[in-house]
Amino acid sequence: MTTAPISTLASPTPVPFDVERVRADFPILGQRVRGKPLVYLDNAATSQKPRVVIDAVTRFYSSENANIHRGVHFLSERATLAYDAVREKVARYLNARSPREIVFTRGTTESINLVAQTFGRTVLRPGDEVLITGMEHHSNIVPWQLLCEQTGARLRAVPITGTGELDLEAFDRLLGERTRLVALVHLSNALGTINPVRELIARAHVRGVPVLVDGAQSAPHLGVDVQSLDCDFFACSGHKMFGPTGVGVLYGRESLLERMPPWQGGGDMIASVTLERSTWAPVPAKFEAGTPMIAEVIGLGAAIDYLNALGLPTIAAWEHELLVSATERVGELEGLRLVGTAREKASVLSFVVDGVHPHDVGTVLDDEGVAIRAGHHCAQPVMQHFGVPATVRASFAVYNTLEEIDVLVRGLRRVRKVFG
Amino acid sequence: MSLNELYQNVILEHNRSPRNYHAMDDADHQAEGHNPLCGDRLTVWVRLDDDIIQDASFQGSGCAISKASASLMTAAVKGRTRREAEELFGRFHRLVTGTLDPAESETLGKLAVFSGVSEFPVRVKCASLSWHTLKAALDAPGLTVSTE
Repeated sequence: MTTAPISTLASPTPVPFDVERVRADFPILGQRVRGKPLVYLDNAATSQKPRVVIDAVTRFYSSENANIHRGVHFLSERATLAYDAVREKVARYLNARSPREIVFTRGTTESINLVAQTFGRTVLRPGDEVLITGMEHHSNIVPWQLLCEQTGARLRAVPITGTGELDLEAFDRLLGERTRLVALVHLSNALGTINPVRELIARAHVRGVPVLVDGAQSAPHLGVDVQSLDCDFFACSGHKMFGPTGVGVLYGRESLLERMPPWQGGGDMIASVTLERSTWAPVPAKFEAGTPMIAEVIGLGAAIDYLNALGLPTIAAWEHELLVSATERVGELEGLRLVGTAREKASVLSFVVDGVHPHDVGTVLDDEGVAIRAGHHCAQPVMQHFGVPATVRASFAVYNTLEEIDVLVRGLRRVRKVFG
Repeated sequence: MSLNELYQNVILEHNRSPRNYHAMDDADHQAEGHNPLCGDRLTVWVRLDDDIIQDASFQGSGCAISKASASLMTAAVKGRTRREAEELFGRFHRLVTGTLDPAESETLGKLAVFSGVSEFPVRVKCASLSWHTLKAALDAPGLTVSTE
């Protein structure tokens, strides 16, 4: 079995990285499951939460809770300030030009649906095309299918290669006269492939086509700079970046957000309402109807502080070390095939074990205390491309250790023994 | 609950060499089953003679639990009436969900090897997919069934 070549994504960690100190920040990691120390390798599904995030949410509900943008009382003013401060934090984290370009949503899925149902509904005419890729998560496929049904537009997909990279020549061919939007994943949740999004965005912009980037996996693992990428929309989820569930982000170029109609109607998204008609609040409030997930946004703010304190370059360098080690060690096991061997990868190792269904692999590993994901990873077209019903996926975060990869490898040897 | 109690030797052996693993040309009942959670798919064929299951077979892809369950099921239902097969499914389902009266467990024969499944709630669907599919085949030929 050959192992995947992985190019150096980040320079080696300059000082010895103290992973134990990071682990101490995450209360959940200290526990035992099935009598064994927990080895949490399901970070692409959701990351664990550091104490600062848990404390921020608890503190909010214990002493700061109030509704925002509508009260004149002390608590409401303070909650409003805290909520809006996180918007500025997110804008800086993604390097948006302004906090006005940051819309809070429930998550990546909602961010993409928002763009489909506002921008997409306004722009698409029958016969127009939306271009996605063959390695998208269902959340970057189904909203476009729904949109195409509603508008008579056509959904096209860039195929992927045997190593799990995008077919870039096909991208150029498929980017046509009728393409009105490109939506593509930055870092694949099923394969770990890092797509050359900046280059593809530039090619789309030559034709005047805006691009949405699904950044659910990239936001916590790669440094994201929306101005440098020059993307028009960027979607990510709080819970995959050490924050709470139920909060996500849509970055949108301000000029586009301004032109888009509102999505949901309700409180907080209006300028004025009469029984006959209403006018809309300026962006981003126009897209945030109703009481938002205030505590979760506060928690996301704490998560971004935590990410910044560790530093994305440090995180990326350590995760790269973990991925290189896991790729080598898992890749050399007999009867095991890696799925997704792109040159540029991060944080995800997908594989299948000959003759053993991924769910059985998952159950044996679980018995060793190892949490991995077995399944189609909400990316069934990717599974179809590789001719497998499902894969085993180990996905890493900055708190994982090289010793945990030992435990994974031992568990995989046991899989072969049980089903040999 | 140890892993050995879930993956008993009988289960591992039926996973490696499933019985009645073939399509059936002269079947008069057939259904496809699908578990969207893990992508398991299987087809069950049945030939009835006067309400008695003369032959049962299956084909498909799935985990060890679902494959062994289908294999043991096809062997267990042969020679039973449609009603007896459904009653057996009822007892099997109670076994894998941990709600079976201990007195009933002796009536399950080889199927009792699936008792460990009750400790792994997410695997109940794996164990019962073939049975749901058999029921669909007996109720309405050609119907697709899902465990979701």
